[in-house]
Amino acid sequence: MQEPRYKRPGEDAFGILVLLISLVLAWQSYEISGFAALSSPGAFPMAVSAAMVLGSLIVVIGNIRRNRATPKPAGEKARANPAGVAPSVIVVFAAFVAGYAALLDTLGFLPASFLFLFAAIQFLHRRSVAFSVGVALLSLALIYALFRLVFTVVLPEGIVPEREILAWIERLLASAGP
Amino acid sequence: MQEAFTYFTIAWFDPSLVLLIAVGTFAGIYIGAIPGLSVTMAVSILISFTFAWDVNDALCLMVGIFMGGVYGGSRSAILLNIPGAPSAIATALDGYPLAQRGEAGQAIGISTVMSVIGGFVGIFVLAVAAPVVSDLALSFQPRDYMLLGVLGILLVGSLSGESLAKGVIAGAFGMLIGTIGLDPLTLEQRFTFGIVELWNGISFVAVMIGLFGVSEALSQLHHVNKKAVKQAVSKIIPSWSSVRKYLPLSLQTSSIGFIIGALPGTGGDIAALLAYDHAKRVTKNPEVPFGQGAKEGLVGPETANNAAVGGAFIPMLTLGVPGDAVTAIIIGALFIHGLNPGPMLMIDRPEMFWFMVGNLTLANIFLLIFGLTGIRLSTKIVECPRGILIPLMLVLSVVGAYAVNNSLTDVYWMLGFGLLGYFMKMYGYQVGPVVLGVILSRLIDQNWRRAIISEQESLLAFFVNMVSSPLSLLLFVAVVLVVLSQTPLWAMMHRRLGRRSRSSST
Repeated sequence: MQEPRYKRPGEDAFGILVLLISLVLAWQSYEISGFAALSSPGAFPMAVSAAMVLGSLIVVIGNIRRNRATPKPAGEKARANPAGVAPSVIVVFAAFVAGYAALLDTLGFLPASFLFLFAAIQFLHRRSVAFSVGVALLSLALIYALFRLVFTVVLPEGIVPEREILAWIERLLASAGP
Repeated sequence: MQEAFTYFTIAWFDPSLVLLIAVGTFAGIYIGAIPGLSVTMAVSILISFTFAWDVNDALCLMVGIFMGGVYGGSRSAILLNIPGAPSAIATALDGYPLAQRGEAGQAIGISTVMSVIGGFVGIFVLAVAAPVVSDLALSFQPRDYMLLGVLGILLVGSLSGESLAKGVIAGAFGMLIGTIGLDPLTLEQRFTFGIVELWNGISFVAVMIGLFGVSEALSQLHHVNKKAVKQAVSKIIPSWSSVRKYLPLSLQTSSIGFIIGALPGTGGDIAALLAYDHAKRVTKNPEVPFGQGAKEGLVGPETANNAAVGGAFIPMLTLGVPGDAVTAIIIGALFIHGLNPGPMLMIDRPEMFWFMVGNLTLANIFLLIFGLTGIRLSTKIVECPRGILIPLMLVLSVVGAYAVNNSLTDVYWMLGFGLLGYFMKMYGYQVGPVVLGVILSRLIDQNWRRAIISEQESLLAFFVNMVSSPLSLLLFVAVVLVVLSQTPLWAMMHRRLGRRSRSSST
């Protein structure tokens, strides 16, 4: 069990959001087959979403009680984590990840991962550009060798003609051999 | 007996088979330890290129990977708080706090020795009790499977979170995710919102990597500038006295692991959680409280999940029913190689049974060797600056999510669940129950429907039969107790009972 922690900003709103989501899910479960039969495809989702509604009600009520017990929001705020739930470092990193996801489709795995690794390491680790480029290249090479070559996992290809290059290397090795 | 022993040692005197098991175990440990790389994935890829191999060679490699991978999941659970496999969820609860205090070496040492003990117990019981246990498993009713699944989710919900309510929300949410798509029995659409891509549901691996990998990477950004904890890896091999101290507990939790592993559909994940719970209950005065780095919290799950490997082979070899995802793939491999796992396998091909038992034993020995060496390499992962590690974890998660179906949609799902998991963690909802809910959703749903159909839709008959069967009653009482123990009612009863016993003693 964790130690009791101070309330985080947005916790009440999240509790209510979870309650709303579970109500929507309960309604959607009802839509599947209504109260047709105990063995209908909707029976299990309905039971489960009912449990979810019940759980989120308990959480929301608990939050309200806690707010009543500590009525001074000023004191609460002073104790709460000043960085909050989404400090700038996480917002920026999440933006990098979103960019990475978008580039995976157009550029392919190798260039997109390199750009992401370089940008993220430069942003988080704050060393020289050469260091970030080196670490990004080295780790990407290791990942590529392990997954693409050893496990033969297919990765998004994009603009790098990977298969042609691999086939060319294979031909080169074959012609160099006996 | 003589024959059995000869079959048992087939692999032991064949250097190439010994080598294959060794390579498999070694690879399994590191595949299990790398976040985002699952044993299930490794074994399924193995099938594609061992297709043309001799059946003995292929089985040796797979058994090694299985055994090593189940253990390897504990490495990343301890070092990174990312369970490499669902069976290591419980290991992270106490293993990660130990690593945070710089005692990762000790934690890995104790979990290795305990895994090996659990593994041996599992193999021994597999060899002795295979026919008996399969008889017992045959008498399981659908409602028993359903109750077992519910119990598993309730346990993980109440074990790890701030409150049972949040655990129930998370578990229920996971089960709903598991029902997305076409209903396997009636082909009706559930939660598809008219989108054809959702007919097959959401990839479980994407959900798991997102909730465990990405959300952990995001949470760790809070401490990106904190120096990595220097891990003490000098004292790896646990002392004989500490092994002896945990031996009684390890034998109990091994038995739990074996029994749960032997039940079809329930594998090392539930076994580990039940064993963690058991360890928590029977340990009266832990040196360190549970959840903050209690060694008993490592002993329980680590013995149980490796004992469950032996257990999982029982339904696979005697009934042809997979014990978990990995044995499901191994069953596929056996079929490809012309073997027919099921009740007739033990009669027709006894040598295959004993060959497997022998392979498991050998893999377990290699587990001890490779588990106690190379820890320095693993701890380097933790000493790596977070500014480099976090981006790498993210790229690995992308690779893992993409590799399963070669689909970018899975990658987007994975990232979405990662963001959701981050906010859940921030507000005290655990992500473990979600993943367990997704795994167990189908088991609970289908067995509930089978059970209620066989009672002609009568809820009354369902309850009457449930309380009149000793096994169902036992499971039902366990479910009720778990719920009650988390409510204010329980504390009230406890106080009242305590007062009464005190007043009666005076």
